[in-house]
Amino acid sequence: MGGVRLALVLALSLILQPASPILAQSTPPQPAAPSFAATPEDGQWTIPQKNYASTRYSDLSEINTETVKNLQVAFTFSTGVNKGQESAPLVVGGTMYVLSPYPNILYALDLTQPGAPMKWQYNPKPAAAAQGVACCDLVNRGPTFANGRIVFTTLDAHVVAVNAETGEEVWKTKLGDINRGETMTMAPLVVKDKVIVGISGGEYGVRGWIQALDINSGQSVWKAYNTGPDQDVKIGPTFKPFYDSDKGKDLGVTTWPADAWQQGGGTVWGWLSYDPDLNLLYHGTGNPGPWNPNQRPGDNKWTAGIFARDPDTGEARWFYQTAPHDLHDWDNINELILLDMEWDGKPRKVLVHPGRTGFLYIIDRTTGEVLSAKPFHALTAVTGVDLKTGRIAYNSEKEPVNNRVVRDICPTAPGAKDWNPSAFSHKTGLLYIPHMNMCMDWESVEPNYIAGTPYVGAEVRMYPGPGGHMGEFSAWDLQAGKELWTINERFPLWSGALATAGDVVFYGTMEGWFKAVHARTGEVLWQFKVDSGIIGQPTTYRGPDGKQYVAILSGVGGWAGAIVSGDLDPRDSSAAKGFVNAVRDLKNVTTKGGTLYVFKLP
Amino acid sequence: MRTVLILSLAAVVLAACEREDRDYRSNPVTAETNEKIALVPLSAGPGGPTEQRSGLGKDYEENAYHISQGQRLYTWFNCNGCHANGGGDSGPALMDDRWIYGGQIENIVQTIREGRPNGMPSFRGKIPDDQIWQIAAYIRSMGRNVPKPAAPSRKDDMSPGPAEQRRPPGEVIDGGQIPPSAQMPQ
Ligand code: HEC
Repeated sequence: MGGVRLALVLALSLILQPASPILAQSTPPQPAAPSFAATPEDGQWTIPQKNYASTRYSDLSEINTETVKNLQVAFTFSTGVNKGQESAPLVVGGTMYVLSPYPNILYALDLTQPGAPMKWQYNPKPAAAAQGVACCDLVNRGPTFANGRIVFTTLDAHVVAVNAETGEEVWKTKLGDINRGETMTMAPLVVKDKVIVGISGGEYGVRGWIQALDINSGQSVWKAYNTGPDQDVKIGPTFKPFYDSDKGKDLGVTTWPADAWQQGGGTVWGWLSYDPDLNLLYHGTGNPGPWNPNQRPGDNKWTAGIFARDPDTGEARWFYQTAPHDLHDWDNINELILLDMEWDGKPRKVLVHPGRTGFLYIIDRTTGEVLSAKPFHALTAVTGVDLKTGRIAYNSEKEPVNNRVVRDICPTAPGAKDWNPSAFSHKTGLLYIPHMNMCMDWESVEPNYIAGTPYVGAEVRMYPGPGGHMGEFSAWDLQAGKELWTINERFPLWSGALATAGDVVFYGTMEGWFKAVHARTGEVLWQFKVDSGIIGQPTTYRGPDGKQYVAILSGVGGWAGAIVSGDLDPRDSSAAKGFVNAVRDLKNVTTKGGTLYVFKLP
Repeated sequence: MRTVLILSLAAVVLAACEREDRDYRSNPVTAETNEKIALVPLSAGPGGPTEQRSGLGKDYEENAYHISQGQRLYTWFNCNGCHANGGGDSGPALMDDRWIYGGQIENIVQTIREGRPNGMPSFRGKIPDDQIWQIAAYIRSMGRNVPKPAAPSRKDDMSPGPAEQRRPPGEVIDGGQIPPSAQMPQ
């Protein structure tokens, strides 16, 4: 991992995107949340993203840089499941909702009573066999609330709506077939009267799609695939991508070898955002299948990119591909944060996206134009993003070759950063990114498509990046395109971030530390060791007693923590698709868990 | 060998009574050995569970050729996609000493054929019987529950760790893992 090489790559990427003239002028106003996300704080946390702009910011400030040192446990609750807890605890009125990993049990806790006793639990009883076709532990990224209902996905590819008051099932719709490797793990987003969800299974040759269900009936309203003919992808006359490489007929077929798009991935298992002013829904698409890129010459549209769609019809409006002909499993499903920002002296509606590729993208969310792509991770596999064509430049030395081990590829298959969402502080104007610092060796091998089994074709082993630590928590200055401060962590960061008006930012580590840090300096102001590693999403709310609370689920797992949650054997460096090699010591540091922790001031 | 053949033919004939499709003769993957094996050391009444092995298992797991064929087939049928090179992924580790459904070769053959409830697919009708035995023999080599000379010495692809042959002899502990569904409340 020569530092020189890293510097070279950084320098190259600077050449590819000349410094913005803005730097020389007077400082522009700091980036801000759009008006639809900057509504007065109601003290609730009703969707994992907090708001449609996905800023994961709360205006509550009782817990602040002065008081946070006094935080103490208010109550705890066991989810009863010892698998990776990626979900976000929600609060609606006086009730908290907690969703477990498979078997996806939804609990309602009564916050008006001492100790927050259980009001009810709802168990969708998903098919046990779904566990075999879940690529990366049995996680679920959270329920969502709308119209008096809690809506969530189950591992066996159902979507359920439950009455938020009573816990009664309102509807349950089956959307996928585990025998074809289809599962669901994402948090739905409700837009108007539609529940938007997508399918998981990019490691099983699933053909990815996104779908809208009627919130009242659970019936499908529209469905758009991310590979295949334009008609299936919902590409029509209103599709106006910014870059030429995305223009043309049926690119979802022609950028693949014959019929390969049918097992081509492009799944939707990550984060959705919505701009009500533009009436645009934003979603990423997952990696192309199989991982082995030599099986699929071509750009492999519309995988590994971002779509803007009309939420009423599903029609595509623009697309940008972060990883054309993806080489390293760089799904593009990470959070899409919608902000208002001045760029080159002009106000722009932007979409901010820390990608698996290692670049922090700032994209005009009206047109799909990439304004900036700055590296936030050590890079050897890519050299930059050409802002004229929008195209990422791969380092040919790091391209996978069949039956040969290519070494020192950075970032790794889970990317510079995986699903765990960043937070944007409306107050500091900074983005807080939990991410990784890892590299890998990769050997492509010929895969064999058997429905219902993995379709990958790669042997991987990961290890720490430059410096030897694997996790980083960074405060990012969007205007300057660089980090302001960074906290290094021994293990990869797999937990989300939470920003608050008290200038305190929260995140958790895989060892089990829940940390509160100063939003401006990165100073650790308070930390608490929970029972198991943290890979969840912290949330905050104002309780019925008027006090501010902070909630987090502990319970290590996910792809990064599968070694613990799945009892994997560290003697096999390829276990969990090579992640086990990097975290082989995790078993000596933490054990399985599944506990809700809620903190408050005395 | 002959008794096995007769046994398996008998099994086919018996199984055929229940089957709609009649062209079993031309399809060897429907042929199936029928070993008597238990999942627990416990039985109702004295004397332990009734087991009856033909010795076929030994023939496979003490034979380097079968084991190396099994290694190839393990990847061919995408076992490695769910179990990696024995360390596990969505499926449990197979190189360790803990076995949910029994670690004798006969148990493993049954696991592959029938599938298991928490996500192990059934490969019955997909993998010919002798190949199932070869794969099972290879799996026995992962924890070095086969004689050292029969175990694979190295892998052609990226080395995931010491080769089977260089691992210390293993043991088999049954019921070592709680299936996730057992953790389900209600
Ligand atoms: C789709 C993923 C998947 C594939 C493909 C798969 N397995 Fe499994 N396997 C599992 C899961 C999940 C379990 C655990 C089942 C349970 O606990 O009920 C399992 C269990 C097993 C077990 C039992 C382990 C024990 O502790 O008792 C064996 C042996 C096994 N698999 C071998 C194989 C072989 C050999 C193949 C290829 C022919 C294979 N598996 C293919 C997912 C898979």
